[in-house]
Amino acid sequence: MVASGVQTGFSQENFAAFLLERSEPNWLTDLRRDFWEEFQRRSMPTRAQEEWMRTDIRLLHLGQQEWPTTSVAQTELPSAALSTGVELAGQTVTLNGRTQSHALVARWREQGVIFGPLESIVQEHPELVRKYLLNRAVDPRYDKFSALHAACWGCGTILFVPRHVCIDAPFHTMSILSDGGVDLGHTLIVLEDGAEASVLVETASCQPHDKGFHCGATEIIQGAGSRLRFVGLQDWGSGVWHLAHQKAVLSKDASLQWTIGALGARLAKVNQHVELVGPGAECQVNGVMFTEGKQHLSYHTLQHHMAPSCRSDFLYKAALQDTSRTVWRGMIKVDQGAQKTDGYQRNDNLLLSAKARADAIPGLEIEADDVRCTHGSTTGRVDEEPIFYACCRGFTRKEAIRMIVTGFFQQVFDRITIDSVRDALGRSIARRVREYE
Amino acid sequence: MTDTLTIRNLHVSVGDTPILKGVDLELKRGETHALMGPNGCGKSTLGMALMGHPNYEVTAGEIVLNGTNVLEMRPDERARAGLFMAFQRPVAIPGVKLADFLRHATTNVRRPDRKEGEDLIPMREFRQELKSKMQQLKIDPEFARRYVNDGFSGGEMKRAEILQLAMLEPKFAILDETDSGLDADAVLLASQSIAEIGRKQIGLLIITHHDKLLEHNRPDYTHVMLGGRIVETGGIELAQELHARGYDRIRQTYPEAAADNSAMAKGEALPLGA
Ligand SMILES: Nc1ncnc2c1ncn2[C@@H]1O[C@H](COP(=O)(O)OP(=O)(O)OP(=O)(O)O)[C@@H](O)[C@H]1O
Ligand SMILES: [Mg+2]
Repeated sequence: MVASGVQTGFSQENFAAFLLERSEPNWLTDLRRDFWEEFQRRSMPTRAQEEWMRTDIRLLHLGQQEWPTTSVAQTELPSAALSTGVELAGQTVTLNGRTQSHALVARWREQGVIFGPLESIVQEHPELVRKYLLNRAVDPRYDKFSALHAACWGCGTILFVPRHVCIDAPFHTMSILSDGGVDLGHTLIVLEDGAEASVLVETASCQPHDKGFHCGATEIIQGAGSRLRFVGLQDWGSGVWHLAHQKAVLSKDASLQWTIGALGARLAKVNQHVELVGPGAECQVNGVMFTEGKQHLSYHTLQHHMAPSCRSDFLYKAALQDTSRTVWRGMIKVDQGAQKTDGYQRNDNLLLSAKARADAIPGLEIEADDVRCTHGSTTGRVDEEPIFYACCRGFTRKEAIRMIVTGFFQQVFDRITIDSVRDALGRSIARRVREYE
Repeated sequence: MTDTLTIRNLHVSVGDTPILKGVDLELKRGETHALMGPNGCGKSTLGMALMGHPNYEVTAGEIVLNGTNVLEMRPDERARAGLFMAFQRPVAIPGVKLADFLRHATTNVRRPDRKEGEDLIPMREFRQELKSKMQQLKIDPEFARRYVNDGFSGGEMKRAEILQLAMLEPKFAILDETDSGLDADAVLLASQSIAEIGRKQIGLLIITHHDKLLEHNRPDYTHVMLGGRIVETGGIELAQELHARGYDRIRQTYPEAAADNSAMAKGEALPLGA
């Protein structure tokens, strides 16, 4: 498989070559070295660990992944799902961890907005990037994959919105993998006090069954009173390993609407963490998952209330087809001082085949005494009765099931305030639903 | 030629339990038939079998629509061929707006050859039609935005069934207790609405325990079902008699069917483990 003399994988030699080629500020190179050591030191997670108990990655061989800077042959790129017909404030596109194009509307640049490829902006605004990158939100030492990402991220997108700048048009970021490609992209979003923005991030493979490896991180840092709508649509090919750490830190009265669409990947292990550090902050999470074939998607959410009077409201809905499997592990953590916390988490699963399986593991860890925290989860199959009812009105069985599945997601669609996102998710799901016996 | 729906010697089982034991019925388009009988005699079962519910197995007999074997058709094909049933217990479809549901249903029924994914009736055209039908039936237009039967009151569900009947304009409609759960005003309104829709030449099979609906939709025939069989057929006077005096005479005249009926009601005929 491996041509003689050519090293693949995350080897020491490749890492050294990678550092040489990049000519980055010293502080960054030093950090990368530290994290590389951490990566080397940590062993692969095993099923003995709570987070990995239901998620088997024994077939993931890091040594066999291509190094992310390998160039790619010209391929036909998938079209964007979230940005069609939408006027954008800016856009970045990457292919196999390399930036292909980027743009920022002049009007926003003039107001001090910074948006573009992280790898070039770290050269232009090193102090700004240094202040936030892997420093405030995601913990690079969380596990082997966060360390790998921190050491080897190759490209990424940064959005920085200065105080009180409100951007009405969304930013769009698209990360593409070709078959066998590797992406270690980083997304860093910083909203200063009173700033407002919307960011649409999507990932896709060139072909539906492409293989690949993604080990990414998303960091969101929001100042007081800032407002962000963030959408992440994951639609990798069915052969892609998707490992991601995503974390938002919200200051006083900041608000975040975070929508997650999880459709693709062979195996996904995602940690989504929201830290409410300032009083009055609020976060709404809308998760939409649709799995098929042998997919395994594992989402671990943590809503951490560190300050009083914050709200968090997480709703994940999943529909599962074939022999696919989802794991959702949700935790609401309330610190001692976080009185008047209003925390909610819910996970509903709809099984579209007898062999699909959904595990829901909600959890509460509450140290304050004046709080309202509720959680719940349901898992069920599609009933025959509504199918028959719809068929009696002229729907084919397949149309009936598709409609029932769409209806199942409606509650979460209704919460999404960006039309193009709602439509794209609805269409993608309807397209995937097959006949159900 | 008048459209004709013929049911011959129909036997239907649920699980291993025989429910219908040889039903014969012929409906012509434009006729109104009343189907009466005590609780649990098999009226709804006949409707379910007509529409092709997978749990209601036809073990013998036939259902024929204009010479075509209905039993070989899937439920959606039956709907597209012009059969309709207003459910005794309509089913909720959470998250699906009644208007969207009906737009898709109406398109499929009006264009029986439509393939999955082909265009639906244009939104504006459909909305206009739906609005005017809702007006006629005195249904609040807001109703179309609610999810199908989800959290509807008993009366609202029945009115939504009538709205669907009005939109789909079938050749034959089974109305399974479409008047139950309605208050006095609503029964009157429903009865008038059905009569109005029925003028479009629908063959109606009305299952009811009350007389209001039949007052406005005078049956040409009344059938009495007992123990899974139609034991007597008459005109409107038979319906009137049953309303006035109940089923005692019927039970006495047909003791065998009456015994079957009470066995079914007690669940004795249910399969083991059900
Ligand atoms: N899906 C089913 N599962 C089990 N038993 C059933 C089912 N459907 C009907 N039955 C049984 O078949 C018999 C006839 O029921 P059916 O609903 O047809 O009666 P009905 O005449 O419509 O009664 P009602 O006037 O109370 O509506 C009853 O004993 C009922 O329990
Ligand atoms: Mg009944």
